[in-house]
Amino acid sequence: MKEFFRVKIVENLQGFLVPLAVLALWQWLSVQAIVNPQILPAPTAVLVKWWEYLMPTEAYDPAKSGYLAWIFSGELIHDAYSSLFRVVTGFVIGAGMALPMGLLMGANERIYKLFNPLIQVLRPIPPIAFIPLSILWFGLGNPPAIFLIVIGSFFPVLMNTIAGVRHVDGIYIRAARSLGANQTTMFLRIMLPAATPYILTGARIGVGTAFIVVIVSEMIAVNNGLGYRILEAREFFWSDKIIAGMFSIGLLGLAIDTGMNRLNNYLLKWHRGIESN
Amino acid sequence: MQSHIQIKNVNKIFSTGGREVVALDDINLEIARGEFICLLGPSGCGKSTLLNGIAGFSLPTSGSILIDGHEVVAPGPDRGMVFQEYALFPWMTVEKNIAFGLEIKKLPRAQILEKVDGLLRMLNLQDFRDRYPKDLSGGMRQRVAIARVLALDSPIMLMDEPFGALDSLTRRNLQDELLRIWTSLKKTIIFVTHSIEESIYLADRIVVMTYRPGKIKRDIRIAMPHPRDPSSAEFNALKKELSLLVMEEQQRHYQEEIKVPAGD
Repeated sequence: MKEFFRVKIVENLQGFLVPLAVLALWQWLSVQAIVNPQILPAPTAVLVKWWEYLMPTEAYDPAKSGYLAWIFSGELIHDAYSSLFRVVTGFVIGAGMALPMGLLMGANERIYKLFNPLIQVLRPIPPIAFIPLSILWFGLGNPPAIFLIVIGSFFPVLMNTIAGVRHVDGIYIRAARSLGANQTTMFLRIMLPAATPYILTGARIGVGTAFIVVIVSEMIAVNNGLGYRILEAREFFWSDKIIAGMFSIGLLGLAIDTGMNRLNNYLLKWHRGIESN
Repeated sequence: MQSHIQIKNVNKIFSTGGREVVALDDINLEIARGEFICLLGPSGCGKSTLLNGIAGFSLPTSGSILIDGHEVVAPGPDRGMVFQEYALFPWMTVEKNIAFGLEIKKLPRAQILEKVDGLLRMLNLQDFRDRYPKDLSGGMRQRVAIARVLALDSPIMLMDEPFGALDSLTRRNLQDELLRIWTSLKKTIIFVTHSIEESIYLADRIVVMTYRPGKIKRDIRIAMPHPRDPSSAEFNALKKELSLLVMEEQQRHYQEEIKVPAGD
């Protein structure tokens, strides 16, 4: 048992070796002033800046706000919240439109033939190419950003839902028909669950796209959020804040991906290759 | 008196790639209530096509299939189907799979539960109630598929090479189980197989079919009492007789296969 834990600890420590070496090299380059700290600030400087960015800007004053509100009043928290809000809102709208449409198009050949040409024309346009039009239509602020995220998450969810429904194994349909299933039962209890693996893959791609689009749109159309913050930092030549912001974006992305993964494992616990416990 | 299942002048023609294949050629068959009948023949003899016709998945090109005098036009819960590939719904637990047909019938919750409990016991599946199909062995999956069909109380059970993918021990085990169910529930079973031994072990009556076009070559009744001993003289004499019939058709199948250029 003791031996087992020792092996575990050694294995875990191994994972830190390369990142630590990179950090050490980076620190050394900065301390030795081999690279201009304006261009590449030391990791310690980035960490200090990140802490400043994270913590409240004003001193705690019980008269003005509660402790919890105060602790979450830092700039980073606000930016992360704004970005996350846009991603979630845009994704929910985009996927919310794509899912029923995909189910319909997948299940009904006539609807598929009617809508497919339009979709094939619009789909290859990267969501970022919609930026000028979205600003023209919606001005600045949340509306154009959310519009872009809607577009970014709509197509992956739509395409995968269509594919999922069209690829439902015929044997499930035959089995359900011989067990007496009507159209509604067939749709809700056979087609939809059978298509879930595809739909969730689409959702993961959609969220990934939404996350890219939110950063880009904040750099152009909005004046808060993580994307805006790192662009703003560049104007002041705050390279430490740029890097701190980048790591924050990475952490948020990781959190979103972990969340999607959990959802995936929960909804697909019946699926081959995923262990239920 | 009319038979339980009447198959009258049934023809089925498939056209694939400009070629017409006569899968069933003027099939006439009467099946009595409670009969255990095996459709036997090499692949391509139309035995599954005939079964799918009775199930209502693929209707005959001409002729008719009648159940108690009513023509088959669509699949229905009066004819439960057990597939070789099990066809369990992988997103449902064992319990949910068995209850599926009962929930469609909108039976009260308590009644569904009672029925499912009984079937789980009958097929020794109690410990697997909350498992998903992916966690079950092939034999266990086929037990669930049988339970799912039995849940509907359909008088007819259609089985399309249900034990074809199982190892021989599991297979024998399930054959015995099926015989026990058939004896106690008095179902009409139409069982497709290409295993001669399996058909002799199980059936009241064996219908041997010819390779394209699919016709009935021989209709044999077996009077041996159950359980049948595959090492007995009577069993083996029958096995020899049927082997000759089936091998003739298998030869024709083979001749056709080597005649047709590759890629067909």
